Amino acid sequence: MPVGRDRVTIVGASLAGYWAAETLRRDGFDGAVSLIGDEPHAPYDRPPLSKKYLAGGVDRHRVDLADPEKLASLDLDLRLGHRATGLDVAARTLEVDGVVEPFDGLVVATGARCRTLPETGGMAGVHTLRTVDDADAVRAAMDAGAERVVVVGAGFIGAEVASTATERGLAVTMVEALDAPFGRVLGVEMGAVLADVHRGHGVDLRTGTGVDEVLTGSDGAGARVAGVRLSDGTEVAADLVVVGIGVIPNVDWLEGSGLELADGVVCDETCLAAPNVVAAGDVARWANPRYDGSMRVEHWDNAVQQGVHAARRLLQTDEEAQPFSPVPWFWSDQYDRKVQLAGRTHPDAEVRVVTGSVDEHRFVAYYGHAGRFLGALGMNRPRHVMQSKGLLEQGATWDEALAFAADWD
Amino acid sequence: MRVVVDYDLCESNAICMQIAPDVFEVRDDDFLYVLDEQPADDRRAAMEEAVQRCPKQAIALED
Repeated sequence: MPVGRDRVTIVGASLAGYWAAETLRRDGFDGAVSLIGDEPHAPYDRPPLSKKYLAGGVDRHRVDLADPEKLASLDLDLRLGHRATGLDVAARTLEVDGVVEPFDGLVVATGARCRTLPETGGMAGVHTLRTVDDADAVRAAMDAGAERVVVVGAGFIGAEVASTATERGLAVTMVEALDAPFGRVLGVEMGAVLADVHRGHGVDLRTGTGVDEVLTGSDGAGARVAGVRLSDGTEVAADLVVVGIGVIPNVDWLEGSGLELADGVVCDETCLAAPNVVAAGDVARWANPRYDGSMRVEHWDNAVQQGVHAARRLLQTDEEAQPFSPVPWFWSDQYDRKVQLAGRTHPDAEVRVVTGSVDEHRFVAYYGHAGRFLGALGMNRPRHVMQSKGLLEQGATWDEALAFAADWD
Repeated sequence: MRVVVDYDLCESNAICMQIAPDVFEVRDDDFLYVLDEQPADDRRAAMEEAVQRCPKQAIALED
């Protein structure tokens, strides 16, 4: 470990930040570790918030990342409900709630925040879903008897909320600006399979349509959502609107810090953003040597692995440092379907179903482009997706991947 | 070291199988099978990674 690095501060107490702290201790770092989070809650897990937690089947403590004993064993200076407001890389100081403090090593893991629809701030019945408080609010609205929900955006949050709301008996309209759910991630052809899944469960899915206006009525206490008007002029009534139209990385507090910002904190291939400063999770844009250019990944598994990697990087010399070169992977649970993607897709990729049946919603599809194997999509086929992820890590060609999958049936 | 899976939590994402195929196997029935409940100590790092990266926090290690 480089000399003099005896106080590490981690900004962001969610998945990447928690695993960074845990890794420092696991690897024997015995200096001071501060973990600073702007939410009042101890580190917790977000994926259940749009699924089982929203459904109502999971106790609050079950989404904690660590129980109180484990958290105490890490011997952290845990500061919850505090917000980092500034950074000076050259001076090696951090500003927390306006108060300047020094650090020797810094992990930036401030994540991202939800995009919102214009002019809906504070409007009763309109929600985003990222924090456990958000999930509690949406769940409370459902518990209070909401009957018609409009979900804006058919990405991870939208599709999972549509699934959970449907299973809770609400009438669901899902509005997506692209031509299919998950269109940006999976392409239109496979996105259409997801559309079929949602429609099969009774969701009124409107694609290629935006929301022009959120309509309000009055419940006596003030403006309350009454529905939405779509860009084709159609009005859809709703007593609950959940907006899942993507996120914005939280880098505003780093303006003028000396870090390079470009839709995230720009890092080298080892997750180093500046001397003694690393970044991890949704906020980190790094040069994954496996791919051209830089990437920023908003998936759960990436936050875990990058939190671990970035913490280790902080303890290493430049000579010891290793590149962070994962094949991205995500899962999404919708109804009784498990959707997983290993790798990445490409707008011009060839898509080939290599095993199973699209009509039965149980299959694996491969994405390839220019002779390269780019990604594997599975619906209720976790075993094959994981085997394919191994192939992607080995850099298999398109032909090699197809030959491998040919043995499955 | 003993590997314990909470099957009420496990949803067969199979990330553990990729990390340690000698210990974890998700079969074509989509269920997880633990092939070796007491892996040798030199598999500890892999077991810890499987615990970390299980999306459902369904895996635990007992000494």
